[in-house]
Amino acid sequence: METSVATELRLGLPGRDRSEAKIISVSNKRSSSEMDDSCDPQQESVVPAQKAQVVGWPPVRSYRKNILQKKAESSSDGSAMFVKVSMDGAPYLRKIDLKFYTNYLDLLKALQSMFKCTIGVYSEREGYDGSEFAPTYEDKDGDWMLVGDVPWEMFVTSCKRMRIMKGSEARGLGCL
Amino acid sequence: MCLFQSVMNYFPEEVLEHVFDFLTSHRDRNAVSLVCKSWYSVEKFSRKKVFIGNCYAVNPERLIARFPRLRSLILKGKPHFADFNLVPHDWGGHVYPWIEAMAKSRINLEELRLKRMVVSDESLKLLAKSFPNFKSLVLVSCEGFTTNGLAAIASNCKFLRELDLQENEVDDRKGHWLSCFPESCTSLVSLNFACLKGEVNAAALERLVARCRNLRSLRLNHALPLEVLQKILVQAPQLNDLGTGSFTHDPNSETFIKLKNAVKNCHSIRSLSGFLDVNGRCLPAVYPICANLTALNLSYAPGIFSNELTKLIRHCKKIERLWILDTIGDKGLGVVANTCKELQELRVFPSDLYGVGNAAVTEEGLVAISAGCPKLNSILYFCQQMTNAALITVAKNCPNFIRFRLCTLNPIVPDAATNQPLDEGFGAIVQSCKGLTRLSVSGQLTDQVFLYIGMYAEQLEMLSIAFAGDSDKGMLYVLNGCKKLKKLEIRDSPFGNMALLSDMGKYETMRSLWMSSCQVTLGACKTLAEKMPRLNVEIISENEGGAGEVEARLDDRDRVEKMYLYRTLVGPRTDAPDFVRTL
Repeated sequence: METSVATELRLGLPGRDRSEAKIISVSNKRSSSEMDDSCDPQQESVVPAQKAQVVGWPPVRSYRKNILQKKAESSSDGSAMFVKVSMDGAPYLRKIDLKFYTNYLDLLKALQSMFKCTIGVYSEREGYDGSEFAPTYEDKDGDWMLVGDVPWEMFVTSCKRMRIMKGSEARGLGCL
Repeated sequence: MCLFQSVMNYFPEEVLEHVFDFLTSHRDRNAVSLVCKSWYSVEKFSRKKVFIGNCYAVNPERLIARFPRLRSLILKGKPHFADFNLVPHDWGGHVYPWIEAMAKSRINLEELRLKRMVVSDESLKLLAKSFPNFKSLVLVSCEGFTTNGLAAIASNCKFLRELDLQENEVDDRKGHWLSCFPESCTSLVSLNFACLKGEVNAAALERLVARCRNLRSLRLNHALPLEVLQKILVQAPQLNDLGTGSFTHDPNSETFIKLKNAVKNCHSIRSLSGFLDVNGRCLPAVYPICANLTALNLSYAPGIFSNELTKLIRHCKKIERLWILDTIGDKGLGVVANTCKELQELRVFPSDLYGVGNAAVTEEGLVAISAGCPKLNSILYFCQQMTNAALITVAKNCPNFIRFRLCTLNPIVPDAATNQPLDEGFGAIVQSCKGLTRLSVSGQLTDQVFLYIGMYAEQLEMLSIAFAGDSDKGMLYVLNGCKKLKKLEIRDSPFGNMALLSDMGKYETMRSLWMSSCQVTLGACKTLAEKMPRLNVEIISENEGGAGEVEARLDDRDRVEKMYLYRTLVGPRTDAPDFVRTL
């Protein structure tokens, strides 16, 4: 009977039985993390789940969660992140704010519109092969990388400047 | 009795009515209507404002019969935990039947305030067309409508004074709802559309602001850039309450300089919010108005660093209500404690729900605030860790708490210094704060904390419990001790049938009880429902395909995942979806 178990005296950490209830209520993505059933009350606090994996905890409204999610996706620090963008053959450079965009698609659309060029579709194997232009960037190590290889957040934090290369030149970067 | 009656009869009803006009509190008016038949009658016909804390406790017909001359209605729908995704979509809380009934009975509705309700475009359209004197619509944490519904309100409510949308889920159809305010509309006093995601016509907004000379409160959404804000402030320097839209621009630009000048002219702003998408370097533009601010909400701006926050806050000596993110850090809270001596309400929200960074506050920040802010009476504090010692100190420093909500990011974290449960800390809070009406507990907690709550929290009306307690005793302490308890919500705690059934009559003195992921069984819920016909006991299954089937196979001995019970005058509701079963 549940009630007699619930009132039974025990030496374990409080909440031993709660683990069962908790797992039922948690989303499927969470890996089962049974509470440590050691009898030592000085045990390090058990962590039931990683943050944001217990349904409805911490208790914030979806409206607020959405705002934070947008921010988490787009940046790790708050201020704008202007980077220089050059295009082969253009007389002057432009600057764009990387924090303004949340994904590669929006960024490439903006670049194409700004420079009146076509960049084409990214593929992991071929890069932008076949396109007139290919977007590249200089990362923190000083290396010139093809835009699109790494996850968006990683790109934003490591991109120092960008260069839109002529497709013919970019072919060397694209085929590895 | 006879003498009293005849003395009372000296007063014509108009006099009684005039006297009752001074009674604004619902409780007072309810008490007055119990005195005698003639007072009941006068009060009934003079009642203009009605508050219904649970829309399923009564129905529209009874409301209209009871208060036929009502003008202002407040309705609340879904249980509080619906805000945190614990209640399946489509559970209920529809406002349409209320609007329909009031329209049919020609109620002269002027104000409608809804919280956690489902508001369809259809209901907004009906509202807009049915009440010629409609003045004020406030929607908080609602859903179900689109900007088309807003367009109907804007177009048809000729005397609209207030349209206030707070944290709603709105389907933005990118229509021109704002442009639907006719040129003849000059009555707006308050307009808040900060939660809308889509663009609005900036020119239409500027014209609207220019012609509504009584506009006092304006909260813009994210889509409006700084340029628009600047133009609006030039048109409306009389604003009391401003919500900026996006607040990011090149600080060296002419637009920004114009904005700074416009802000300087806004001598009446007392409340500031927004900063949805902000560049910290733009914040100094608001420094000139900080000295007079009494309310500041920076909790939608995760991009502001702690030092930028504190620089801003140092200018805000008169702040009474402050909502911020935990990016402020403990040190930043120290600055608040030193600067904001008028602080009454503080809310510190979590900025990091997805594990991207490490920003958080600890018990240090809370202690600093309690020591520095003698007028503090309401707190919501999301923190990384807490200690009993800190809570005991806070209790000593601030015996005036009315609302105390603590939320540890790890729901069962123990005392960070001693590894003990946080029972003693919360115990100190309830013992010291004799006026406490609302409490949320978290962290590792045993039955002991509930013993303290039952013993000391005499004024407690609302209690939120999550992942706490060891046994039924915990819940019993609360049910037996807290005489004024109205709302009890419990999740993931080992309370079961014995606690649920020990004092069934108690639930008729309360508005509602929520229990999810606890130990109550279907059989016990059935027993309760049978014995207490004036309660609706709802069993809520997950809203998935075939939920009806799964739930039908539940045995009386099986645990119930979600139970929501509430007192009601009108029996089981007729609009319950498949996955809700009223026993």
